[in-house]
Parts: sequence; structure tokens; C-alpha cells
Amino acid sequence: MTTLTLLQAVNEALHTKMREDERVVVFGEDVGPKGGVFLATEGLTQEFGKQRCFDTPLSEDGIVGAAVGMAVNGLLPVCEIQFQDFIFPAFDQIVSEAAKLRYRSGGQYTAPMVIRTPYGGGIRGGLYHSQSGEAYFAHTPGLKVVIPSTPHDAKGLLIAAIEDPDPVLFLEPKALYRSVKGEVPEGSYSVDLSTVRTVREGSDVTVFCYGAMVPVCEKAAAKAAEGGIESHVIDLRTLLPLDEEAVLDAARSTGRVVVVHEAPRFCGYGAEISALIAENAIEYMEAPVRRVTGFDTPFPNTLEHHYMPDERRVLDAIEGVASF
Amino acid sequence: MAELQQILDETGALVGEVPDLSDERLRELFQHMLMIRSLDGRMLKLQRAGRVGFVGTATGLEASLVGAAAPLLPQDWMWSGLREGGAAITRGLPMSEYVAQMYCNSNDTAKGRQMCNHFQHKESNYPSWSSVIGTQITHGVGAAYASARRGDDAVHSIHFGDGASSSSGFHSGMNLAGVWQTPCVFVCIDNGWAISVKSSEQTAAESYSDKAEAYGMPGVTVDGNDVLAVYVEMKTAVERARAKGGPSLVVLKTYRMLGHSSSDDPSKYREDEEVEAWAQCDPLDRYESFLIARGLIDANERSAQEEAIVAEIDEVIHEQEAAPPFPLRSLVEDVYSEVPRHLRLQFNQFLEVAERRGDATPGDGAFPL
Repeated sequence: MTTLTLLQAVNEALHTKMREDERVVVFGEDVGPKGGVFLATEGLTQEFGKQRCFDTPLSEDGIVGAAVGMAVNGLLPVCEIQFQDFIFPAFDQIVSEAAKLRYRSGGQYTAPMVIRTPYGGGIRGGLYHSQSGEAYFAHTPGLKVVIPSTPHDAKGLLIAAIEDPDPVLFLEPKALYRSVKGEVPEGSYSVDLSTVRTVREGSDVTVFCYGAMVPVCEKAAAKAAEGGIESHVIDLRTLLPLDEEAVLDAARSTGRVVVVHEAPRFCGYGAEISALIAENAIEYMEAPVRRVTGFDTPFPNTLEHHYMPDERRVLDAIEGVASF
Repeated sequence: MAELQQILDETGALVGEVPDLSDERLRELFQHMLMIRSLDGRMLKLQRAGRVGFVGTATGLEASLVGAAAPLLPQDWMWSGLREGGAAITRGLPMSEYVAQMYCNSNDTAKGRQMCNHFQHKESNYPSWSSVIGTQITHGVGAAYASARRGDDAVHSIHFGDGASSSSGFHSGMNLAGVWQTPCVFVCIDNGWAISVKSSEQTAAESYSDKAEAYGMPGVTVDGNDVLAVYVEMKTAVERARAKGGPSLVVLKTYRMLGHSSSDDPSKYREDEEVEAWAQCDPLDRYESFLIARGLIDANERSAQEEAIVAEIDEVIHEQEAAPPFPLRSLVEDVYSEVPRHLRLQFNQFLEVAERRGDATPGDGAFPL
């Protein structure tokens, strides 16, 4: 075990898989000798050469389109989109091509590939360096959508994503890149995709969250506990395919649910969690599901900390559903 | 303006040097062109009879398809759009799979999931393509990168139309290929029309092949109705790519003689005179004249061959018509490598409703959850 930041864990996962499997190639804007704008790919070109970790021209649809072709022809591409905000030129390649290739070809062709991209607010990045676009992608059959919140999961989930036979969008909460540290096993290990992580056990209120909202919810849960409310906090960590049974079990166990995400509320991921519970566990519910989310606005700049759910707003929701 | 490369003029007279091909191979090119035209005719008939849903013809493009595919070796790849199915047959796509795909039946390797005319053939490196214009261009470049890295000596031939040259995939793909020097050939089939938009309205460039220069690669404009010129220019480009000389752009100027598809009425947007003028440059007539003049076929050969091809196609149609569609379970299969629980659940719920309401369709039963 070593203690790593989430960013170092991502870097270590890439090193680990590149050492293990010759087919793994890493590419994107500035990921080569510079090691990426956040340094997630630091040292890869130096260790594996520019045939396996290289810079690309500034072309998101080109990066993802080329990754699809590489995957079809036997490589295991792990491409980086510098900020999730810049992924939209590649939306067509992700949604129309990578995600649909297996289905449309009757399983003859597949695109095992990973698209890594930092997402989320909290770094004063304004409209275009802060967004949480997970819901656009979670609506795409054929794609897997993964978001780690701890260094342990970042490494294990990224290794699992690279080994997965289907295309995976790997969203990295950039606000946590250097702010969380944790124990990470050395060598190769994987964390199963489509499983949730129980962050904290409790019997009064269930809180569903992911990514950078996990530490926020942990703090709010600790505060709520001081007032005698025990929260059951679940890190969803794979949004697609979702472990629906685990979500329903956790919802049923308390009958009171709060869902937290940074992304806008309308048609956000919380709506799916909420509907899943309404359809399958309404008889267990003691209170309406409460969502704590970003506003239905573009991402702000100076006021970002008011836009993003914080400890105070999550605590208010926990207390609200607990006392309903 | 780029000079038009030609070996046979519109009448079939030699204006260049005949490539070094055996007589047998020269005749085979003709057979392939005839096969494509006959196949179009039969498929359109099926469409009009309501047996298949959609046909995107290659009538008029036969020399472009056959000439471009001919220099490729078995290890090479062809990345395609709507009209390359006939070229894929010349590289190994079985006629039976072609027709099965048109019927979207249980013999269709794509399991009936794509609309008609969306072919694939893994054994001859002809990947599945989507209906989205231009997305295959970057795929071909990425796959060529993979080939080069492995050193497997394959060239990737990336086909698209004049309309696709306006898509982001064209720019991204050409640019990446230029920077990475991938072993690929960009084949732009300029057939005059992108559905109803004239080729001349897609770009302000004087010629499509001029675009190559901006990406640091050679570009050439070829008479796409001259199968020998297409063959020669493609061969040069394929050999350059194979010899690690980098990518190139080959623009084939031809004409889509029929509508964009069986659902399109081109009389609404183009003049009969234009179509008639191009009919005078017909790629089959031209090549037939050349072969007759060279003594490789006689004047009766074409109709005899056509008859044999049509008989073969009709036999395949007869076989494929009897095949059933795919079982219901295929609705949720191949979305992921394994059917995840939520899809098994959705399918089982669907089946339960169908059975309870008394209109269950035969399938292979519910999934274990």
C-alpha cells in the first residue's frame, strides 16, 4: 500500500496497464512529454515512448474517432479529452459509433476503449472548465460511465475500464485530483464496474452521490450524525450500467432518500435514481426523494460555490427528509 | 484546376497507357462492374415489390468502386459509406450475405439491426459503418495507425462521398493521417450530388483534390467512369501507403445516375439533360468498347454474362427470402458483451406483457435474472 492522490492513482493505473499490455496506447492533447494539463499522464511518454503515449492535433472528434478505429483493429486505446467541457465535438463518435458498434454489427465488431476526461466544478474554471455532463452519456446504451471518488477506486476502476470489452467513459472529478489522498494497493487490481460503494452505514437517511460530491456528502453526514441522524451514504461510482438492486436495497433500508450531484437538476442523473425508487420501492418510502443539485443554468464562475451543492445544502436535505 | 486523369476517353478509345493486368483480370473488372449494375437492378425491383425497404444504388459508379477496390490486397481494409457494397463483394463479401442484409433476416451477420444496404464483412476487413456521414474517416485513420504500429503491412482504403468532404470527420481524419503519416488512402467519390445538393455547392475549392495539399499529402482527380484510370491512380496511392510513403487523396469524378436512394425522386432537383449527358459517359459502355476493340470479349458477351449474373442473384434471393427474422431476444443482446441485468429485466417485463395480453411472439423465453 502507498498513499496517493486521486491524480497519482490515475497515473499509476495507466503505468500499470501499459506495462502489462502492449496493446494499450494513450493519446490526446498535451498528454505526451508534458504529461497532460493536470499531469495525469506524466512520465508515460518517457517510459513507453511516443509510439504508445503521444500528443494529437487539437481535434476531439478526431481523437475519439481514431480511438474507435484503433480499437476495431486490435489496440486498446485510452484517449484523453482535456476537459469534459470540450468533449462535445466527439459526442457523435461516442454516441453514434463507439457505443453502437457492437450492436449494429451483430457483435462482429467492438470498440473496447476508454475515454478519460476531467469533469466538474470547484476550480474557478467558469462555464467551460467545470461542467458535469454525465447525464448526456448515461442516456447512451452501449456505453459504460464510470466516476471514481477515491484514489483506491480511481486506480481499480480505471484498470477495470481498460480491461472491459466495451467502451467506457471515465469521468475524473478534477476537484478531487489533489485534494483527496488514500491508500492504494501496489500492482494490478480492479474494482468491478457496476457496483456501488458504501461510504458510510446508517439507518435514518440514504444519500446517493458520486464523484466530487462524495466528500461533501460525507461531511454533511458527519454533521447530521452530531444531531442524531445516521446517514447511509452510497457512492454510485458506475452510473451506467447502474447496480439498480443495490440502489433499491439502500433506499428501502431507510425509506428516506437524498440524491446529490453537481450537474443541473432537470433530466439529471438524480431524476433516474428518483424514478427508479418511485417505480420499485415507493411502498418503503417515508418521505419524498430530495435532490440537491446544481442550478438549471450554465455553470457560473465567481458564484460557483453557491451553484455546487455544499455541506450546508446537503445537511438541510438530510434533516428535511429525516423529519418529514 | 486539377488535371483529370484518364486512360479511356468517353468513347472507350485509349488516351493513356493500359495498366499491366492480365487479360483475365481485365475481363474480371468488367464482370465485377456488370455484377454491381445487375445487383442494383434486382434490388430496386425487390424494393418496388415491397420485399426490401431501401436501396442505395451504385449505378454509374461501377468503375469507381471496382477500380478502387482492385489494387487492394487481402490484408487491406475498406472503410465505407452507402454505396460500396458491390466493391465489398469483389473483395469477398458473399452475395448471400449481401442479400441477407438487404432482407435483414436471420442470415444477416448484423442480426437485422441495421436498415438495408448497410453491409459488413469481417473476413475481408470491411467493417460495419453507420449512416452518419463522414464518421468512418477517422476510424480508418485510427485503424491504419494500429496496422502501422503492428507492422502488419495493411493499407486502409477510406471511402466517402463529395458531401462527406464537408463533414468534420473529413478534416479531422485527413489532418490526423497527415500528421501521423498513416498507411491509408482517402477515396472521395464525387458523384455530383449529396442527396439534392450539387457537388459544386459543397465547396468553394476549385477541385476536391486541391484539399489534399492543406493536409500535406498528394491529391489527384481521376475520371471515375474510367475503370483503368481509377485502378492505376489507386494502385499508386495504395503502393505509396504500403511503402510507408504516407496517405493520399484520390478523387473519383463520377455521377450518381439514380436517386440518392429508392426513397428519393431526383427529378425534383436536377435536369434530365445533365443525366443524359452523363449517360453518354457510362462506365460499362466505355469499358466494354475497349475490351471489344482489344479482342478480349465479343459483342454478345455482355448480355450473356448479365444473364448468368442475374440468374445467380435470383437464386440467392430465392434462398434468402425464406429465412426468418432474428429472435426477439436479440433486441437486448450485443449492447454490451454480456446482457446486463437491467436489460434482462426490461426484456422479461416486455415478454410478460406480451404473453399476458395474448400477443406473444415466439422468442427464446425470458432471461434468468
